[in-house]
Amino acid sequence: MRRVVSIVGQGVLYAAFAAFVGVFSVWPSYRHLEPDQALLKLSFSHPGDRVGECHKRTPEELAKLPPNMRAPQDCPRERSPVSVELELDGKLIAERVVPPSGLSRDGASTVYARFPVPAGAHRLQVKVDDSVRAPGPTWERAVDVTLAPGRVLVVDIDPEQGGIVIQ
Amino acid sequence: MLYMRALEANRHGLASDTLQRIEEVFDRVFGARANPWRHLGALAFVLFWIISATGVYLYALFDTSVQGAYASVEHLSRAQWWFGGIVRSLHRYASDAFVLVLLLHLAREWIYGRQRAFRWFTWVTGVPLLWLTLAAGIVGFWLVWDELAQFSAIASMEWLDWLGLFAEPLTRNFLRPDSVDDRFFSLLVFLHIGLPLLLLLGMWVHIKRLTLPDTQPSAPLTWGTLAALAALALVLPVQSGIPADLARAPQALTLDWFYLAPNAAIYAWSPATLWFVAVATTLLLVALPWLPRARPQPVAQVDPANCNGCGRCFADCPYAAITMQTRTDGIAEMRASDIAAIGADAKRGAGIAVVDPALCASCGICAGSCPSSTPFRSIAELVTGIDLPQLPIGQLRSRLKYQIARLKGEVKLLVFGCDQAVDVRTLQRPDTAAMSLVCAGQLPPAFVEYALRQGADGVMVTGCGECDCEFRLGNTWTEQRLRGEREPHLRRTVSPQELRVVWASTHERDRLAREVDAFRAELAARKQPAAAAGAEDHRYA
Repeated sequence: MRRVVSIVGQGVLYAAFAAFVGVFSVWPSYRHLEPDQALLKLSFSHPGDRVGECHKRTPEELAKLPPNMRAPQDCPRERSPVSVELELDGKLIAERVVPPSGLSRDGASTVYARFPVPAGAHRLQVKVDDSVRAPGPTWERAVDVTLAPGRVLVVDIDPEQGGIVIQ
Repeated sequence: MLYMRALEANRHGLASDTLQRIEEVFDRVFGARANPWRHLGALAFVLFWIISATGVYLYALFDTSVQGAYASVEHLSRAQWWFGGIVRSLHRYASDAFVLVLLLHLAREWIYGRQRAFRWFTWVTGVPLLWLTLAAGIVGFWLVWDELAQFSAIASMEWLDWLGLFAEPLTRNFLRPDSVDDRFFSLLVFLHIGLPLLLLLGMWVHIKRLTLPDTQPSAPLTWGTLAALAALALVLPVQSGIPADLARAPQALTLDWFYLAPNAAIYAWSPATLWFVAVATTLLLVALPWLPRARPQPVAQVDPANCNGCGRCFADCPYAAITMQTRTDGIAEMRASDIAAIGADAKRGAGIAVVDPALCASCGICAGSCPSSTPFRSIAELVTGIDLPQLPIGQLRSRLKYQIARLKGEVKLLVFGCDQAVDVRTLQRPDTAAMSLVCAGQLPPAFVEYALRQGADGVMVTGCGECDCEFRLGNTWTEQRLRGEREPHLRRTVSPQELRVVWASTHERDRLAREVDAFRAELAARKQPAAAAGAEDHRYA
């Protein structure tokens, strides 16, 4: 009788163990995004313009340099921070000034940010300024988008594709 | 004074009392050898091997490409549900159980205060295993490349990006549908194999300072666990979500909370908060052995004149605190007559035991293993080869003689107990003496025979519950020594009817008292010639 109770008890406790593992491997469900939300992602890795003008070296200056270092131009390493403004339906949702990376501030400015937004039709306006030397935004773009629930809309910078890329 | 301090240090709190009662309930159902609570570490090893074995099969059929990853896992789960699906589910559920067992193991050891003093190394080396386990498991979820994998991968990258250590945000690797390529899955496979290998290395280091670590649970526990997880795999087979699509964000997910709770916490709190919690938890866990600082216990001391270099203490120490080194005191080269002249043991070898104070548990198991710990030695002051300063063998012999001398009654009984289990002093009566040792393993078997020669009619040895020795191997070694299976052994001149061994936890005082009463009654009956003829061997209860 005691052995039967022991076997039944073991069965119950092993079942409880398995149930605990099974239940918490799927429950409770997790809601990452509301059913009526889409996701706007602002992300770029873009080197800003140089903070100063490049200087064309004179023949005398070039002659003073070792032969393997005679670059015709002398450019400052530091780059401009990249400023970005993101407006959705006329409302500013992000305004960032992203400094260049690197100890000499000569690397790309990188950013990643996510904004859950209501699904539906929106007007998106993006302004990017990547130069401290030229006044005003370098690129500016406004688009009308219709976002389905769960849709991810990415705002990126790619000078080869005309600057601001929205897809 | 030191002895009382040691007793005080071993007081159990409410949490440990509660846990002990739970474990005792499980003892009744499973038996101590198959009780999962008592073998959580060993259970983790078994789960690791289940995960590894099932992982090998999954790896063989996994396609490391963007297009093939999801499809190959789906093929396993659906077309081959009768084997591949079960293997996949078993892989997942064993991994979940691994986390559960790891957390319970950690909590149990902490509740019992087994992170302090000499145990710090084992505790601290266990902490990175938690993070390695989580990392290995989370990467495993990404391999499926469904919406859950997508969510977890992006959440994890967002968490890492918060550190600002990377030239370009890692999250940009998952920005657009074409961001992920086949090489990503090759990297994942590398990580999903490499991290568990690191984990295994960590598990090896974790048990490095233990003698005979418990890494293989009993067959009933192993098969019971496997059967439970296999049944779960059949009843609730693991299924993938919809395929990952980086143009869409997952909305509602069936999260595996054992591994992916940190991913959800990133959004519930923030990456910074989660980093703070993770770092603070790690630092706290690492610091626990020293919070609060444990009162140092006097460690075992070797008496070179009485150590004959036999190596039994070296073999029996549960924490590898003893090493055998070459003697440098010249005693090994002395003549026997000269050795006797200085009052030392004449049978000595070229080695000597050396105790590492940092590793010593102050359990006294070494004293119980020393052949010089016999109370029959004729020297005036009994000094053994290795001993505990707080309860030396010489003092034990003096107390024993005193205790037996004061016994009165028809049957005289001596109970040897241990400070970690039932306080045997509560069992004392005019006809029953009780002596508490630091650990039952501290008892040299010759003391049993000595007690009988001094006038005791019977000797009972008790200590922590089965498979629950505070010092891991005290019960095992004591039982083997008394059975004559381990040196130093109890001589066969002791009748089995004169000795009773009962393992009982702190809550089993009443059961122990009943065992004492029953033993006393048996001894009384044996004193009647008619009853003695039919006595059976009940040495081990």
